[in-house]
Amino acid sequence: MEPASRLDNNHELAVKDFPYIIRWRDDRCTRCGRCTAVCPMYSIEPAVVVKRTLHSEGPTPEPKTTRRVETIVKQTTDIGRYCTGCGTCTLVCPNEAIEPEYNPQHKFNFHKNLGGHPYRRGGRRNDPAPSTLDRLRFTRISMLTDPALDAGRHEFRIRTYLGRVLPAEELPLRVENGRLELDTASGKFIPPVREIYPVIIGSMSIGALSPNMWEGLAMGITYLNEVEGMPVVMCSGEGGIPQRLLKSRFIKYFIPQIASGYFGWDEIVRTIPHMVEDPCAIEIKYGQGAKPGDGGLLMAHKVLKLIAEIRGVPMGVDLPSPPTHQTKYSIEEAVAKMIQSMSMAWGFRVPVYPKISGSRTAKAVLNNLVRNPYAAAMSIDGDDGGTGAAYNVSMDSMGHPIASNIRECYLDLVAQGKQNELPLIAAGGVGKKGNLAANAAALFMLGASAVSIGKYIMQAAAQCFGDEYNRCNVCNLGKCPRGITTQDPKLYRRLDPDKVAERVVEVYKSLDVELKKIFAPMGRSTELPIGMSDGISADDPAIAERLKISYAC
Amino acid sequence: MCRLAAITSRDYFSPMENVIALETMKEGHDGSGMGLILKGLGGEFKELKDYPVLSGICSEAGLKTLDDYMNKLGFKMKYTWTPKTRPVKGIESRDYYFARVYDYPDMYRDKPLDEKESLLMKTRLSLRKLGEKDESIIVFSFYPDILALKEVGDPLQLAEFFGLEKTSLKAKIILAQGRQNTNYAINLYACHPFFIQGYSTMTNGENTAFVPIREFLMGRGFPGYIGYNSDSEVFCHILHYTCRQLGYPLHYYKDVVTPLKQAEIEDRPDREAVTFLKMSLRPLCIDGPNCVIGFTPDGSCFMLQDTKKLRPGVVGGVKGKFGLMSEECGLDSAVPGRERSVDVFPMKYDMAIVTPDAEEVTVWNQLLG
Repeated sequence: MEPASRLDNNHELAVKDFPYIIRWRDDRCTRCGRCTAVCPMYSIEPAVVVKRTLHSEGPTPEPKTTRRVETIVKQTTDIGRYCTGCGTCTLVCPNEAIEPEYNPQHKFNFHKNLGGHPYRRGGRRNDPAPSTLDRLRFTRISMLTDPALDAGRHEFRIRTYLGRVLPAEELPLRVENGRLELDTASGKFIPPVREIYPVIIGSMSIGALSPNMWEGLAMGITYLNEVEGMPVVMCSGEGGIPQRLLKSRFIKYFIPQIASGYFGWDEIVRTIPHMVEDPCAIEIKYGQGAKPGDGGLLMAHKVLKLIAEIRGVPMGVDLPSPPTHQTKYSIEEAVAKMIQSMSMAWGFRVPVYPKISGSRTAKAVLNNLVRNPYAAAMSIDGDDGGTGAAYNVSMDSMGHPIASNIRECYLDLVAQGKQNELPLIAAGGVGKKGNLAANAAALFMLGASAVSIGKYIMQAAAQCFGDEYNRCNVCNLGKCPRGITTQDPKLYRRLDPDKVAERVVEVYKSLDVELKKIFAPMGRSTELPIGMSDGISADDPAIAERLKISYAC
Repeated sequence: MCRLAAITSRDYFSPMENVIALETMKEGHDGSGMGLILKGLGGEFKELKDYPVLSGICSEAGLKTLDDYMNKLGFKMKYTWTPKTRPVKGIESRDYYFARVYDYPDMYRDKPLDEKESLLMKTRLSLRKLGEKDESIIVFSFYPDILALKEVGDPLQLAEFFGLEKTSLKAKIILAQGRQNTNYAINLYACHPFFIQGYSTMTNGENTAFVPIREFLMGRGFPGYIGYNSDSEVFCHILHYTCRQLGYPLHYYKDVVTPLKQAEIEDRPDREAVTFLKMSLRPLCIDGPNCVIGFTPDGSCFMLQDTKKLRPGVVGGVKGKFGLMSEECGLDSAVPGRERSVDVFPMKYDMAIVTPDAEEVTVWNQLLG
């Protein structure tokens, strides 16, 4: 039997228990130290080992043993400093000597609850399987029954409406001399509507994002609008908007969000009299797909001077957003009042819409909003949506996928003949596998008027490492190695806002081409094919049946 | 692709003119069917303009059901026209083709037109429902001064089958289409031209936006917006919805089915109305490729193209007679003596409208309003 002293490591974890194992090559490593210096989790560190080597030299070789102390790079087995697999070490290594390797046998979730604190992280649901959206294909191709359109030659209008649209019967129009005229004397309220690009950059707050990331996104959006003529808009997320932007004419490209913490809204409301343009819309966040029914938390170490100013709070304090709005006690009254109050703040010139997390109860919310003349849209965030910080259990196990949720809501509107009155915005896992255009187009055909993206744009525009194998996903810790979700200047200085902006523009321009490549063979070009459900098929009969589309194999 | 031949005239003419025009354009269609809608009926129908005409096809059993039903409602038959069919190889004859003129039930005789229209439509829909399952009753229209004739087969052979050459059947406006719908299942209810409450259209091309349009129309709460055995029926219902239900002047049909870009709308004198109309009727955008030909209750005929203008279409003629055809050779056949250089080929922004009694053709330009 082994002596007890030899079993001291019994309560330690083995490297094999971790989701990523560092593959370090002694023969290639020059010991420059860049990898250990850059590791955001301090998962790897320089260490020394004693090495015994055998040499045989001379005319009659005789083996000689020597012992040398050598420096190596070692992976820690401290779960607090686990390797997230981000691969920043690989990125900085000059000699391809190091890389993390995914370990499918890991037992991370069994152990990541030290001190009784459940695992919290950023990112999205750790499910690398293809989502429902990726199982839909565009199967209605115009060819001989009618000529397909040419994506490169024909004119395409990829636009949508954000705002409540009156049914034609209620439009205050009258015929005068053979022409329709707006009957201004009728006093009829016509809700504000914006014509926008149907792929919105969804709510990511200044605070969750670094100043460089937010600035890069904002510059990209502005360029798309001002130079490319693409009316792409972006939601601020909770936590206010910088004063300089609020008072600028560019605010029309942004959707300020108000959420349960109301952070930043004293500052916004006080700025209203000084604003030269109305914002695109106002989003009221009631739920988030990544953490349905749960609130938010901006940790104290992220609340630096800039964030404190924008949010109107002291520096260095935790900023929790409650799971629910404290003023909300019923959807019929409190939600309606909130929508009305926000509308009133801008003289009923700005569309106001709520965002909820995907849920089996979404139809109940929908039917309430349908009856509220001031509700401008309904945004549903499915369970594949991303977040900067949430409990792992919320992200992995809570919520409703977007595909069937949006379809159900759309068909409910169709049954009431109101599908054109209240636009549906779909979010949550759009572009999860990189197929942004295909996912977005499929959602339009299921009934969405627009889609929102978040994680995708971080991955595409700022090379976010995060994925569904739990790679990186430390957005909550302020240690983002790309400088995207951190307030640490040492980290966010790595991110060049100009490059982010450039990538945002590239992403949207290529998205536009890909959408045309989808719409053209289907013969659609003038209007977004919202609800064109005969255009898509699923590769699974059960999915097809649930979504009320065809099955193709 | 469907071939379309519409003729509008100050004087009565025979549907054979349309059939011959279709035959001239035959190279481009497969002769799989024919639909005719006649408006402004002459011959025996001339004196019966105020009475509704029920057009359709019945089996022996269906005829009895139809008679019982019409009697029950109080409709009294005033006149029956049936084609003198003769056997033609390849055409499967059905039991009974008819156009029956009825007098309104007593309690409806002095009612306003819209109530009468509502009664006629509901009656037609009920008859359709009664005979739909076993195809014992097929009804195409039930409206004053309108007659519809449809069957599967080659148009010229069908003309022979129906004896159109010898019939006294004449009208001032006739829409004819020479192909069964082949995008969807073959069904006589899928054969255009379509008609509803004074409005009629026929179309060539595939309607790629069919499903969203159908869902939107079916949500309007109007009982006549059903059927849709063909993706082309929605064009007729959009016309009816735009002009009758919403009360918009005819040219706004063009704004509904092929909406302008916002920047283009800004130059229109009626920009505010067009902006709101575009938003509210967004699901009715047809997106093409389609050429639509139709008429309205006042006898105006029109032709328009989708925004891509991927379908042919030409309007031309002389004062008193105009043709609206999918091809020039069809027009040559229908109105040979016209000045060809003034033929109108409607482009993406155009809506060619032939005024009632074929007085003149005007081109309404969507950009100018």
